[in-house]
Parts: sequence; C-alpha cells; structure tokens
Amino acid sequence: MEKTEHLKLYHEMVVIRRMEEKSAELYQQGKIGGFLHLYIGQEAVSTGLISMRRPEDRVITAYRDHGVAINCGLSAREVVAELMGKATGCSKGKGGSMHLADVSKNFWGGHAIVGAHLPIATGLALGDAYRGNKAVTICMFGDGATNIGYFHEALNMSAVWKLPVLWVCENNQYGMGTAVDRASAVSEIAQKASGYGMPAMRVDGMDLMAVRKVAGEMIEQIRAGGGPMLLEILTYRFRGHSMGDPERYRKPEEVHHWQENDPIGIYRKYLIDQKIASQAELDQLDDDAQAVVDDAVAFAEASPEPAPEDLYKNIYVEA
Amino acid sequence: MARITMREAISQALWEEMERDPSVFILGEEVGVWGGTYAVTKGFYDHFGGERVRDTPIAEAAIIGAAIGAALTGLRPVAELMTINFAFSSFDHIVNQAAKMHYMFGGQMVLPLVIRAVGGGGRQLGATHSQTPDAIFAHFPGLTVVAPGTPADAKGLLKAAIRSQDPVLFIEHATLYQIRGEVPEGDYVVPIGKSTVQRPGRDVTLVTYSKMLEISTKAAEQLSKEGIEVEIVDLRTLRPLDIEPVIASFKKTNRAVIVEEGWKSYGVGSEIAARIYEEAFDYADAPVKRVAQKEVPLPYNRTLEQSAIPSVEDVIAAVKEVLHG
Repeated sequence: MEKTEHLKLYHEMVVIRRMEEKSAELYQQGKIGGFLHLYIGQEAVSTGLISMRRPEDRVITAYRDHGVAINCGLSAREVVAELMGKATGCSKGKGGSMHLADVSKNFWGGHAIVGAHLPIATGLALGDAYRGNKAVTICMFGDGATNIGYFHEALNMSAVWKLPVLWVCENNQYGMGTAVDRASAVSEIAQKASGYGMPAMRVDGMDLMAVRKVAGEMIEQIRAGGGPMLLEILTYRFRGHSMGDPERYRKPEEVHHWQENDPIGIYRKYLIDQKIASQAELDQLDDDAQAVVDDAVAFAEASPEPAPEDLYKNIYVEA
Repeated sequence: MARITMREAISQALWEEMERDPSVFILGEEVGVWGGTYAVTKGFYDHFGGERVRDTPIAEAAIIGAAIGAALTGLRPVAELMTINFAFSSFDHIVNQAAKMHYMFGGQMVLPLVIRAVGGGGRQLGATHSQTPDAIFAHFPGLTVVAPGTPADAKGLLKAAIRSQDPVLFIEHATLYQIRGEVPEGDYVVPIGKSTVQRPGRDVTLVTYSKMLEISTKAAEQLSKEGIEVEIVDLRTLRPLDIEPVIASFKKTNRAVIVEEGWKSYGVGSEIAARIYEEAFDYADAPVKRVAQKEVPLPYNRTLEQSAIPSVEDVIAAVKEVLHG
C-alpha cells in the first residue's frame, strides 16, 4: 500500500469526524432538521471497507450514511448542503441526512427503513450478474437490521442465485438503545450466515488495516465467483443513536472504554509506528480536514434553498 | 385484428417486449418451470431461459426489492406477485421504496419497473386472497397504477408500462383472464394515464375500470333495452388519474354512477365523486351514486361472497336511482 493511499484514508477519516462534530453543532443551532445519526467512532469501518472497492462496485447503506458518502467520493460540500436541505445537496435537499446518494459514484443511498435496502442490494447484484459485469455490491447495515425479515429474504435469495454481494453488518452493539443480546437470539451476527450456507468473517472495526485486509479478500473472492458472503465488523458509536438520545441504556464507563480505542487514534499510531508518516504530516492532514469541513459549511450556508417549484419535480421521470 | 383472451393479450405483450429488449426480464413465484400460476408465462421459460424467466423463493419483499435494485442498474424487470394480496408482504418496497426513490434522491435514481399483480374476488378464495386494494396503492404519489378492463388495453398498457421509466403497478383481474376481445397484432401501445369512453351514451355517466367494466357493460346493455343509454368511462389508469373524460361526460349527462369492486369507504369512487363535485357541481341533476363492495372481509361461501361483490343488478338499480330519484 502506497503512502499516498494511507494519507488519503487518514484524511478521509478525519474529514468525517470533523464533519460529524460540526453537524451536531449545526443541528443544535437548528440549521439541520429531522433526524441526525452521527458516524463518530465507526469511521474505520466504511473507510477501510470502501477503500477496497473498485469503481464498478456498488455501495448501499442504511441511514447512518454521512461517512459512507465521503468514502464513496462525495464532497463534504454536497453532504453538508444536503444535511441543511439546500438545493446544492447531493439529493437536492429532498432527502436529508438519511438519504444521501450519488449514483455516478456508485453510491446507491442512504436508506431509512431498517433492513429495506437489503433486498434492493440483492437486485443491484442481480443487475450486474444478468449483464455479466464483474462488479460486487457492498451492502452495509446495522446489527438491528439482522432481526427483521428483509435480512432473511435478501440473504437467502442472494445465496440461491449466487449473487456477488458482500453483506456487511456494522455491529455497533446497539439497535437504537437495545443491546444486541436483548434483540438477537445469537449475539455473534456472523453465525447467521450459516443459515444461508454462506461464508462469514468477523473483524475488529476500530482497526482500519484489519478491516481492509478481510474486506479486500472477501470482495475479490466474491468477484471471482465465490457467491455472497457476510462480514461482521465490530464497532461502536461514540455518540447517541441520534441527536435525541437520552443514553439510558449504556454506562459512561463503557463509552469511555471504547473511546480509548478511537479508530482514528489507532490508525494514527499505526502510521507513526510503521514510520509511514510523521506527526507533523498527520497534523497537517488534520488541519486540511478542518479546512475542508469549514469550506463545506460555508458553501452550504451560502447555498440557495430549493425553488418552490422544485416541490413538484422528480415525482415521475415521465411527467 | 385477432380475437384473443386477456391472458393471451398479456402474454403477447410480455413475449414481444422480451423479444424486443434484452433488458426486460421476469421474476416471481412459479413464473418459470410452472409456467405462471395463471399460465400467463406458459412457454416463456423454455424459450427465454431461467435467467430471464426467474423463479423466486416465496419472499415478496425480496421479489420487489430485487426488482427495484435491478431496475436501478438499468434493467427492466417485470415482477409478478401471484396475487395482489401478497403485495402487503412487500408493501414497504412498493410504496415506501419504489414510489419514493426517484423523488427522494433528487431525481438521480430511475426505476423502470413493472409489478404485475392479480387481484379481485369472486372465486371463493376466502378473505385473505380476494381483495381489491387498488385505491390503497393509488394513494401514493410516485407510483403509477394501471388496471385494464379489456384485452386490447391489457396488451397496450402493459407494453407502455414496460417501456415506462417509472415504477408501474399493473393490476390484472383474476376473473378477466378468459374474456375475449379484438386485440391489434404487433406493436400496439396504449398510453398510460388516459381514461377512455368505452360506450357512448346520453343519460347517465358510468365511471368504472377493470372487472367492473364487464359488469357495467352488461348493465348498460340491459338498460339500453329499456331506452336508457349510459356512457361508460373506463379509467384504465388510477394514478395518474385522467379525470377530464369523466368531467366531460358528466357535463353532458348530469348524472353519474361509479362502479368499483373495492370497498366503498375511502375508495376509487370516493375520489371520483369528489372530483366531479369539485369540478362540475353546477352540472349535477342528482347526487352521484357509488356502487362498491359491501364493507366486509369477503366470505368463502359462494352465495355470501357474490352478495358482497357489485352485480349487474346493483348497477342497474343505481343508474335508475340517479335517473328517477
């Protein structure tokens, strides 16, 4: 792996962290409406995972999608603008936080109904298989989504048809406020793959390099015709489920324990220990990331609201 | 023009579209090896193969979800729901995903998707397999809902649906598959979103669609013998609704009866009646009358079931009521 690639990934993670912190502020100022689900703590999951995809590989995720959008190549400008409901947002202000997308970058959303995008991922992969494309669909979802019927229908169908899908469960330990073992009969989500005759792996999601290694191997096995697989990535969200979370379901000590395993800190230490980058270089990237976010916020603040007539645009392709 | 059944007309449209465009494919329960529960896709599997005529698990959310995903990649899936009653198992994917994705992502997602679903009662299948929930689906902006009443319209509208860039719910009535009608051969396309006058008349406007077109036509023939000439407007598409032919007819006859198979409350008739009052109140010589299913879950017993579904006699009585009070 080239140094420039390492620096790019570190920069992406810090952009996500700073953008999410700023989004929380904008939310509290009333500049972002609706729900806001922050990705803080989970940055190594999507940064590591998506760094292993090829441009033709499709990515689809749930509503905790801001980080994924950045990793897929959307600019912080169009993400923050969407959060603020502006016409310059990636979904033109019609989608909001939970519905980011850019199909030109093979990022297929941002889906807000738990588990509902899993059958859609099956279909994305079916589209590629139908045409003989050597593309893999990467479908991300939370631990909570593995308890809804869509999970079963989608994984089963993908296995029956041997479709090129990497099913990625971001196990952040809680579905909203309900711990995994209070909602799922097996708390090791990877075990659920056996019901579909599907290979599965489990990896530490706070360690970007570990995520890259396992995800990269699985993506290429799938591309080579290995059929769908399930990857469980263990992680933790440092903030509440959404901005209105009383956090009565977990103890501060537990949160602090995980915060000591900050994925950005772990990767930073790795880069320095391996002499890939110096403190000064990384500090510079931190500053750059802050500048990217400041620019994105200024852009979004200055952007126009959607025009009143946009209300009726894009209901149908054929008006 | 050949005189063929509704089943043959639908089958013909599918076959011709699949021959014309390799991105068109079928998926659903028993569509392939079995040949379709209602034999619409009989012979397709042998001709087009299992990749294009794809048998699925019994998993309606995955069937519609997979069709949405495939459509997003530029394919033109035709997903078959064995009955529209099973659409409730995929309701989220139809109304909360397919109907919203183009709008919600700012126009960048395009879903050229057709969902064929078989609806209607009258076959002693019990309450869970006999519903006509068309109005529920027509409630959602972003979804196109088509329900043909003649073989020619079935062929032409299905071709239009397959060529549409938008998600279309195409509702077929289980007891219409055997009806026959003249159907143009070859590339016959009927535009979506156009109501049409199926039978001209001067005395009463009869607004209907799908199976109830057949019932309404029989009623019109009997009424004609008594000197009452009804004008039948066939909606054909429930959303987007083309109300103009209804209003034009009402302004001529000043009386209307709306006939639908679904329940009366919050139904298609409620919408049409409201539109008539909104747009042509001053033309009304009598209150608009609705004929619809009795407000019960359809029972198994044949006599009870038939008594709950609108009949020719119900339509005749309603027409006479708006004429004579």
